[in-house]
This record gives sequence, structure tokens and C-alpha cells, in this order.
Amino acid sequence: MANVTLRNVRKVYPGGFEAIKGIDIEVGDGQFCVLVGPSGCGKSTLLRMVAGLETITSGEIDIGGRIVNAIEPADRDIAMVFQNYALYPHMSVYNNMAYGLRNRRVPEAEIKTRVEDAARILELGTMLERKPRQLSGGQRQRVAMGRAIVRKPKVFLFDEPLSNLDAKLRIAMRVEIRKLQRRLNTTAIYVTHDQLEAMTLADILVVMNGGKVEQIGNPLEIYQRPATTFVASFIGAPPMNLMPIEGVRAQLHGADAVPAEAGQLGIRPEDFELADTVPAGGIGLDLRVDAIEHVGAETYVYGARQGSDSQDSLIAAANDVIVRLPGTAAPDIGARIRAVAPRGKLHLFSVDGRQRLPI
Amino acid sequence: MVEHRPLRDLVAYLVLSLGVVIFAFPVYVAFVASTYDAATVVSGNLPLVPGGRMLENYYRAVFVGGSRFMNQPVGVLLVNSFITAIGIAVGKIIISILSAFAIVYFRFPFRKTAFWIIFITLMLPVEVRIYPTYKVVADLRMLDTYAGLILPLIASATGTLLFRQFFMTVPDELLEASRIDGAGPLRFFWDTLLPLSMTTVAALFVIQFIYGWNQYLWPLLITTKDSMQTIVIGIKKMLTTTDELAEWQLAMATAVLAMLPPVAVVIFMQRLFVKGLVETEK
Repeated sequence: MANVTLRNVRKVYPGGFEAIKGIDIEVGDGQFCVLVGPSGCGKSTLLRMVAGLETITSGEIDIGGRIVNAIEPADRDIAMVFQNYALYPHMSVYNNMAYGLRNRRVPEAEIKTRVEDAARILELGTMLERKPRQLSGGQRQRVAMGRAIVRKPKVFLFDEPLSNLDAKLRIAMRVEIRKLQRRLNTTAIYVTHDQLEAMTLADILVVMNGGKVEQIGNPLEIYQRPATTFVASFIGAPPMNLMPIEGVRAQLHGADAVPAEAGQLGIRPEDFELADTVPAGGIGLDLRVDAIEHVGAETYVYGARQGSDSQDSLIAAANDVIVRLPGTAAPDIGARIRAVAPRGKLHLFSVDGRQRLPI
Repeated sequence: MVEHRPLRDLVAYLVLSLGVVIFAFPVYVAFVASTYDAATVVSGNLPLVPGGRMLENYYRAVFVGGSRFMNQPVGVLLVNSFITAIGIAVGKIIISILSAFAIVYFRFPFRKTAFWIIFITLMLPVEVRIYPTYKVVADLRMLDTYAGLILPLIASATGTLLFRQFFMTVPDELLEASRIDGAGPLRFFWDTLLPLSMTTVAALFVIQFIYGWNQYLWPLLITTKDSMQTIVIGIKKMLTTTDELAEWQLAMATAVLAMLPPVAVVIFMQRLFVKGLVETEK
């Protein structure tokens, strides 16, 4: 049980590359914090710094009221689950879980109880004598979690633990991880590049980009009120439509009320409707249907805005707008449609996209 | 690509069999020669079927000794060779696995330099550095000792490289998991790296055992007492005669005996290889 606090944490590699550019995060006791961002944004580096596998250039990392900057990974009271599981290939499942405890000189009887408890929770009871290579991917994943659980750490660290699993198993394990963490009520920090995983797991979501935090908050709050265009396009699938305000001024009702510094307008695909009349203060876009994706429950329409440059281009340009429609909708390619959205669903950003503006 | 073509198979088998015959025939002749008396062997008309003096020849070789110039029985030489070869193989494995561990897993000043120096020694076989090595061993009063036979030969660049390459394929996460599990560097080495390296150890053991067993020049130089000689030297000395008949039948018996331990090592270790290959997974 512990809070984890990062205070102005920076990481500069010997070559001068600044991987982490000053990050402050506060994770409360028992909370599930997810770090999400594109590859190379520094999320794994940050997690490894919390684990003690990477040194901290400056700033402080505090686990349970103790500054751990100079403390060895083994003494930080953390447990980590790796992307490739990192199970010891030559040891049985039992020994894989017991190894860390033996190194801590926990009595053998206690080890046995803890390992058997963990095995019961994870339904690994019949596999304790097997070697990792005799297990399926999902079972290996559970052994890796078992190894973390038996330690009874203050903090669980997960480094993209599900990315080696197939899609179906990934969803099942995602739910398992969440349930397990709730049950044990242990603080967790979880790294992923999958925004869906991030949304579903997180109590606190940290969106990172280029070694910096773009936004921290509750997942729904981030989804509903993204602070930057980066967050807006990263969280949510398909991504939010972003368009320069100048191009759509004519279609936007009450454009005069838009702040002068506004540069970009964002609308989520799911906030559109097909209608002839534009709601008061809302926006109405006339689109030519370029492509359609049926995914069953819903249909995504890729449309080119009337009067925009991308009319004749085959490549989805920045001017393309994605509209989500119910699964039953099936407009023809080339058809003209009018997609409208109410004012409450519009997002306004500054020209550089770094700032959210009121609308 | 596995195709079944009877004619091709037949040709392949014929060629392979021919190869086997070519390689095995001299060994067979050596064995046959070890079962006759000296006169028959030297006469040049050696029959192709074994003669009747096998037990007598082998008994003399193992327990009595050969010519006047070679008065130690082969049994002693076999023991010498065995100790030397085991010492060299084990010593090489210990030294090279530890140096590879240091080079791969520790960041110390001149790490790269150390690696390249080890690498360069690959280009300097014993024969090239024989004089300085002899001088050092002689000054340390290690002539006619097992230490003298073994120590100069146990530094191994080949082994270090082999282990280095293997260690580089071990995922970093295993080291990191060990660190989080509270294992220090030596514990990681002992509990994780060594068990994973067993296949490589077995392979290196076979190669180095045979290398040690077949050493000729170095034992020839530093042993002066007959009782410290290795079997390879023994065979040579048995044939050194002045004006009497060389006892070829004893030399051949000794040669056959000298072949057996390396063959045994290969056969025994081969099982470990296969086991290791099947069971290890990185």
C-alpha cells in the first residue's frame, strides 16, 4: 500500500538525449495509473526509472513516503511484469514464483503458502511443476503476474504486459489484471501504447508525448476534454477530426463567438449525426463519401469536405472527415451527405494545438 | 526441402559409406596391427583380420611399458593425459565463462580494450609464444608438473567469444527480473546464466578436452620425466629405437587406447547436447 509520487523527474542519456523532460505525477494508494503514448514517448523509460532499472538524472521518485532514487530495484518494494514475461526458462513455475522470496530469505513454509495462494487466484494450481516453455502465452502471463503477487509489493509495475498476446486473450487478461489489482488493492503503474487498454484500466490516465506529459486525469475526463490536439487525436478510435478553423468558419454557426486565437476545431466521429438542419451554434459539414468501413455495430464514413482541396485526392488528407454512423447505415460511395454536430461537442484548440480553448 | 528419390538416396549413401571407409580404415589397420607380434607388423604383409595376440599386447602396453626408451606403462600415461585434458577443458570453461560474464554484464573502464586483447590472443597459438611461455613456466618451477601442463593452455579466446555470443542472446529482461527479485550479479550468474549456458558448456568441454588430449608440442617441451608424459608423447617415444625392431604392435595398441577417452567424452556429452538443445529456451 503506497502512494507513488514523481517530482520533476528527468532522464538525460550520456549522449545528451533527453528522454524524460521533467514529469510530475501523483498516484494515490491503491490507484491504477496508466501511462500511454506512442512509441518513443518515454513511457517505458519512466516506468523503468520507477523500477530502478534506469537511473534518474534529476528529480525525485517517492514510493510510500520514501525517496527511492538511490535504492536498488530489489529494495524498492516493487514488482514488475515484463512484456516478454522474463520467466526463468530453466525453473519450474513454482520456482519462478519462489525465486524472489528465497533471495529474501523468506522461510520455505511461508513461500509455499504464498505461491499456492497466488496459484489459486491465477488458476495455475495444476501447473506448478511445469517449465515456462510448456505453458501457453496466457499462462506465462499469469505466472509473471504470480511472481509479482507473491512478493506482496507496495507497487505493481506493468510494462506492456499484454502486447504479446492475441487480441481475444488480451481482452480477457485486461479484465483479469483489473480485477486482480482491485482485489489486492495494490497501487499499479501500467505502460501501454494501446489507448483502449489505457481507457479501460486506468483510474488515472497519463498521456505522454516526446518525454513530456500532455495530460493527466480521469480517462473519461481526458476523452471528453482533451487538453491538446495530440491528446485529442491519440485518445479515441477512430481519432478526433481536427480541421483548421478558417476552412469551416462558414459552416459554423456563431463563428463570431470563437476566440481570436483559436486555430483548430475538433469533432469526434461519434458526435456527428446525419441531418439537414444544423443545431443552433453547431456545425454542418457537406461531405462527399470517399470510403466506408463496416465494423458491424457501427459504420465509419470517410468523407471529403465540399470545397476543400482534397476533393480529388485519393490519399486521406487532413481535410478528410471521419463520421461514425449506426451499423445499419450504408451511404453510397460518392454520395453527398450532411454531417452535423451540436456546439457542446465541438473542441477548440490554439493554432499550435498546445492549448484547449473555451467555445 | 525433403524429397524422396531412391536413386539419389542410393548415391548419397554410397558416397557417405565410401567416406566412412576411407576415414575408418586406418583406424581399423591400427587395431589389427595391435593384435599381432612385432615381426608380422614390420614384415609389411599385415593380414586384414585381427590376430591372436591382442590380450598379451594390450596387457604389456597398459601395465608393463614398451621399449627400453619408454619404460612407463601406458596406464600412467593415460592418467596423465586424462588429468591434463580435464584440467585444460575445465580451466578453459571457468576462465572463459567468467571473462565473458565480465565483458557482457559489467561496465568497467577499458572493457572494450580487454575484449580486444582477448580477441587478439586468438591469433597467437601456443606454438608462436612457445619460448616466453616455456621461460615463465620454467622460472615458476612448473616443469614436470600437472600445473605446468595445464595452466599455460587454459586461457581461451575461443571460449570467451563463444560465451559472449551466447550471453548477448539472453534477454536483458531476465537480468532485470533477477535484479528485481533481489539477485546480485553472482547470484544471477549462478542461478540463471549458468543453467542456461549448459549446452554451450558441454560443447566447449568436448572441443577443449580433445584439444587438451591431443597436445603434442607443449607436453614434449616441459616434461622430462617419463612418469609425467602424456600418451601422445608416449606413442612417439615407443617408435624411437636405434637398432632394434620398433614395437609397432604396442604403439598401435597404445594408439587405440589413446582414442578411447575422447570418443567416450564425445558420446557421453552428445547426450547432454541433445538434452540441452531440447530443454533450453531463451
